[in-house]
Amino acid sequence: MDNKQLGEFIKSLDADFEIKEGKQFTEVTVPPAKLHSLASQLREKEETLFDFLVSITGVDYVPDLGLIYHLRSTKHGHMVVIKSRTSDRENPQFDSVSDIWEAADLHEREAFDLLGTRFVNHPDLRRLFLNSSWGFPLRKDYVDDDIITW
Amino acid sequence: MGIKGMKNEEFGDNESLELLKESGTNVLLTTIDDVINWGRKNSLWPLTFATSCCGIEMMQTGAPKHDFARFGMEVYRASPRQADVIVVAGTIVKKMAPVLKRLYDQMSEPKYVVAMGACTITGGPFYRDSYTIVRGVELIIPVDVFVPGCPPRPQALLYGMLQLQRLIETQTIKSRKVRNASHNYK
Repeated sequence: MDNKQLGEFIKSLDADFEIKEGKQFTEVTVPPAKLHSLASQLREKEETLFDFLVSITGVDYVPDLGLIYHLRSTKHGHMVVIKSRTSDRENPQFDSVSDIWEAADLHEREAFDLLGTRFVNHPDLRRLFLNSSWGFPLRKDYVDDDIITW
Repeated sequence: MGIKGMKNEEFGDNESLELLKESGTNVLLTTIDDVINWGRKNSLWPLTFATSCCGIEMMQTGAPKHDFARFGMEVYRASPRQADVIVVAGTIVKKMAPVLKRLYDQMSEPKYVVAMGACTITGGPFYRDSYTIVRGVELIIPVDVFVPGCPPRPQALLYGMLQLQRLIETQTIKSRKVRNASHNYK
């Protein structure tokens, strides 16, 4: 499917999904509550068959925290971008997609490590690189007296 | 204070090395020092320790083309117990710092430290806006020789190691203890 068809197809799954076209890939914006159902549908449906999770990117939009998923189908060759964001900085929760794509396990741990986005139903959500006492250094409000700025 | 195959005047900064000369007028001690230092400087075994790209240059320095075994840095030791010098080759981050400190503590006296590359001297390219960098290994362990560069060429590391040999020549067994006691790193 090309980008336009993908957009129409995803819109037909649930009218809540916001579709944005015109860039390299079709972008789907979903609320965190519907992230997992969208992901599993895209993975299972014969028309889309997104079997490859390319990357998970965490973003601090201030004050929102967001995630960007890049998906690819190795059968059809098409790609899609899923975006999701929450305004809860204290306890930002997203459903883990590591039961759908195994690769999400480490991606989600990294996002949690650096941005503090929590993943519900993740099998092993520990810090990946940093110590547990470290804050979340890629958040814009991260404070560290050791940092020397320009 | 000439090193095998390299004349004294080919080194820079000879005057400050003269100032560092620690063994004073004691004839007996000076002679013992000369013998001991000769042994120490000609069998400087480095520790296999490299954390990033400087390590590649350090490997090249040990490889046949530059071959610092010529000067007595005979063989890389995989155990800190058997090593005399630690070449800190590469970025040290906060998570790595305790490991480096521990390795240094595990080395037996006499031990020397060469800080190789910009990262180990000041933090280098990661100096600003980094939440992980240790801004200079001298914050953790005492450094004998700094080799600037990003990364330094093998020739630069060789020069630094030869300077370390000359530095060892200036030291005395008596002052070594005082020197270590004066370092209080956490």
